[in-house]
Amino acid sequence: MVSGAALCASVVSGVELFFHSLLPTDYWLFPTYYLPAQMDSTQTFQVFDRGPSPAARLVFFAVLSLLLMFVDARYRYLESTRSVLSVLVSPMQRLATLPGVLWQDASDFFVRQRTLLEENRALHRQHETDTAQLVQWQSLLLENQQLRNLTALQRRSQFTVQFAEITYAERDIFRRKVLIDKGSTNHIQAGQVVMDDKGIVGQITRVYPWLSEVTLITEKDHAVPVQVQRSGLRSVAFGAGDTSQLSLRYMPVSADILKGDVLVTSGIDGLYPPGMPVARVEKIERDAAYPFARIVCSPIGGVDKHRFLMILSAQPKLPERPEEEPAAARAKTRKTGGH
Amino acid sequence: MANIDRPESEILRPLSNTFIVASIIGALFLNGLPWGGIWLTLRPDFVAVVMLYWCTHKPLRVGIGLSWAIGILSDVNDASLFGQHALSYTVLAFGGVVMSRRIRMFDLREQTTQVFLILLLTYTIYGMVHWQVNGQMAWSYFLGCLTSTLLWIPTSSLFQSMRQMRVDRE
Repeated sequence: MVSGAALCASVVSGVELFFHSLLPTDYWLFPTYYLPAQMDSTQTFQVFDRGPSPAARLVFFAVLSLLLMFVDARYRYLESTRSVLSVLVSPMQRLATLPGVLWQDASDFFVRQRTLLEENRALHRQHETDTAQLVQWQSLLLENQQLRNLTALQRRSQFTVQFAEITYAERDIFRRKVLIDKGSTNHIQAGQVVMDDKGIVGQITRVYPWLSEVTLITEKDHAVPVQVQRSGLRSVAFGAGDTSQLSLRYMPVSADILKGDVLVTSGIDGLYPPGMPVARVEKIERDAAYPFARIVCSPIGGVDKHRFLMILSAQPKLPERPEEEPAAARAKTRKTGGH
Repeated sequence: MANIDRPESEILRPLSNTFIVASIIGALFLNGLPWGGIWLTLRPDFVAVVMLYWCTHKPLRVGIGLSWAIGILSDVNDASLFGQHALSYTVLAFGGVVMSRRIRMFDLREQTTQVFLILLLTYTIYGMVHWQVNGQMAWSYFLGCLTSTLLWIPTSSLFQSMRQMRVDRE
């Protein structure tokens, strides 16, 4: 009780002293003039020239920071500076991942034989079923290609896959990003799609020499054009800001969508390849009072689970850009073609 | 009120630049460890605490300019907006430099209250910038301010004792 009161008193005195520090400017030049007599021995006059005053420095560096932030947020001129500085920081970043890697290695080393055997058996079983499906899939692919050739449709472009390991994840509490260990030296480009064995995980948004930054699909306001696999209905899935949720916005209450439906990429943006699983519908709230249904989905890919990811290396081919048409006609087609 | 008549306990050894630089690199390293989930929320800002220690205890050697530079490095390290950490660390250093004499005069408990206010200001500036740019705010972010304040106690005592080490090899 007594110590609590003492603590309170010390907090109060601390706060009081903090505000006491907001003294007139000449306090810094003539501190003894303002201070009680008992503090005389600890205070000194400013005899030597110490350059600009703290306040001047504060204003200078604060304005510089604000300017940098403005330029960085608006114009993206500073990416080259960032990658140069990242070379300076990257040895430390690599060192910082070391404890995690060592821990992983240690737990890999002390794994029991029975666990290994079980895993091996499960993988064998998985492999057998996969092989059967793969044979089927290959025949379907051939058939599909033939059909597409017959109908003179453009073939879906092939992807080559690069593997990457997550070096670290979600370092910034506000944002859902991971960094992977492949960068511009491995010919990674911003905009490439990142997925795991189950579905889309995210998109590369920034490339450093040896690292690149992946924005997860669950990042707030990150949009993926999707299609309901069952009904073919097109929509856009938005990230909700936490790692377990996506939402479909602006879907009419009467939309043909059911709980458990799988959403796959529609590919109409020309960035995400079509047909990749993105999310599964978890909850649909249809309230006639609102024009849109509230649809919550969970990502299918392990957005925050795995260490290894795949980067799809070839951008899908887009059809030739049509000849520039007059602005009025373009606006009209957009209006009629809008979904 | 503060115990002003407290005698200076020890004469400190002259401080080498290596020690300062090593401590800052160590703090950047600790910030860079792969924190996740609840630990990320509770992670103290090691760099902020270390910079604040040097700004209060060696205001003539570690000041606003160096803090700004370290802030830029943190921005690269955290892939945040260029200048976001720099701005908050600039304010932190200003607070530290301006209050350095007073903070050094206080004992650890009184220091902690003062440090909390400086750190809260720093965290608020970082959060405000984020809010302005991205239009959203995570309130749990401010928990880091509390843990950073708690970190001040071990950091300050550790550095103080390291600076007090005497060479007894005769």
